Amino acid sequence: MSRRTLAVVSAGLGRPSTTRLLADQLAAATRDELAGQGVEVDLRPVELRDHAHDVVNNLLTGFPSATLREALDVVSGADGVVAVTPIFNASYNGLFKSFFDVLDSGALAGRPVLIAATGGTARHSLALEHAVRPMFAYLRAVVVPTAVFAAPEDWSGGSAEGALRARIVRAAGELADQVRPRPAAAPPDPFALTTSFDELLAGRDPA
Amino acid sequence: MQFGVFTVGDVTVDPTTGREPSEHERIKAMVTIARKVEEVGLDVFATGEHHNPPFVPSSPTTMLGWIAARTERLLLSTATTLITTNDPVKIAEDYAMLQHLADGRVDLMLGRGNTGPVYPWFGQDIRNGIPLTIENYDLLRRLWREDVVDWSGKFRTPLQSFTSTPRPLDGVPPFVWHGSIRSPEIAEQAAYYGDGFFANHIFWPKEHTQRMVGLYRERFAHYGHGSPDQAIVGLGGQVFMRRNSQDAVREFRPYFDNAPVYGHGPSLEEFTAQTPLTVGSPQQVIDRTLGFRDYVGDYQRQLFLVDHAGLPLKTVLEQLDILGEEVVPVLRREFDALRPAHVPEAPTHASLRAARAADAGAGVGTETGR
Repeated sequence: MSRRTLAVVSAGLGRPSTTRLLADQLAAATRDELAGQGVEVDLRPVELRDHAHDVVNNLLTGFPSATLREALDVVSGADGVVAVTPIFNASYNGLFKSFFDVLDSGALAGRPVLIAATGGTARHSLALEHAVRPMFAYLRAVVVPTAVFAAPEDWSGGSAEGALRARIVRAAGELADQVRPRPAAAPPDPFALTTSFDELLAGRDPA
Repeated sequence: MQFGVFTVGDVTVDPTTGREPSEHERIKAMVTIARKVEEVGLDVFATGEHHNPPFVPSSPTTMLGWIAARTERLLLSTATTLITTNDPVKIAEDYAMLQHLADGRVDLMLGRGNTGPVYPWFGQDIRNGIPLTIENYDLLRRLWREDVVDWSGKFRTPLQSFTSTPRPLDGVPPFVWHGSIRSPEIAEQAAYYGDGFFANHIFWPKEHTQRMVGLYRERFAHYGHGSPDQAIVGLGGQVFMRRNSQDAVREFRPYFDNAPVYGHGPSLEEFTAQTPLTVGSPQQVIDRTLGFRDYVGDYQRQLFLVDHAGLPLKTVLEQLDILGEEVVPVLRREFDALRPAHVPEAPTHASLRAARAADAGAGVGTETGR
């Protein structure tokens, strides 16, 4: 059985958080889907609330604290990412954006990502398409076609067995299909020398 | 081992009084600090180079020339000289002139500069930072080592039959350090030429320094300049001291909290844990500084940042007294005792001149440039 890791990023601010709840359901569904295909998955939750101050400090100082470094490494070293944010003012919340702002550039290039969001009304649902998806497109991530939005009515009844459940399973299947065929990820090394000095002297730009 | 201070040259409001020094006061404070560095028995004064407010040192060789005339022993250096936006021809001329005036007490540290708008003011583009550094430095080396240079490249007009004057003192170019926080190409450049590598080692976690110095040492050996532990390494550091560490923390905290770069971000306690900043007693600074060796190996130069964030001149001079009286004598003794015999000191004009004479006597070509 091969192994993959899945970073589960949640930008929910409450405790308990419906954003985290949605993230966990997406993660579990992806894990189950991959388990059915013979791939064992380590789920690595990254609760951004725990790193909120460190994220701001990183924006100011240019480097992460040791604990934030670990969280960033979880994301940049994962084979797939589930990224879930509450929708604020028709977009991701500031914490979600700031976290991805301090992630090393290139860390998500070619990496499968499932995007999802929660909001106070279903009228926010397209924020996933006009705000969250373009950000990950910019980061050159491979964003799966199904984005999952959960509105208050999706949680009514206590169990997500209705339309939300169907979207979760569909999105998880899409993420699993992207994660499974890819070789296990190695995080990029920002200190790696990519161009020899003779090439630099010859005027070739560093890679 | 060499010890000294490096200064950014920022004009910053003293947060405890609300007072902002004039540019004139700041410039005079910088040269007062430089003279004090010699007086308390330290070895090196290095000034930054900036071309935008709130920084004053836009003309390092003017400042260093003034200091040279008023000091006897002090080594004059930079932190950093912008190899990207300065014309390498002017760098060759200015620092050779300074070498003559200072009787060889000159070296320099090259860096790229990280302020995007500065580049176009000098006809350049920050996106060319690395290629500019590579091309300009290769030309600079030739200008110092070859009496007549024919040259053409991408970033400046070609040179035909050009002689940079004055020629370096005694035919010995100033020693060059290359500084970078996290660009492996610069560690590679330093290693390629067998020059020094300086890790600024302030405001950033030590892991950056460790990776960059490790890479430089490995590549220094790769290019045949000696074993990895013979590479020439300099480190920065940032300290604030009082006899009792609680007094140091109490006095420095408002400066820390409002400082450029890291102010209004992490707490003083977080930042001292995350970066090489040490705020405390002289003994704490001694212990922390000796610990640098654990992750970079034996190194040749230690420069401290002591004068930023609006600290008044009087306080800075007190810091230099503490460094000179209590800290550096101990560090010198301890580092010297730990350093194996095959690890060299930082090159000086005298040592480079002696090496050149020895090479000439042995019939070895003195042209070491590649």
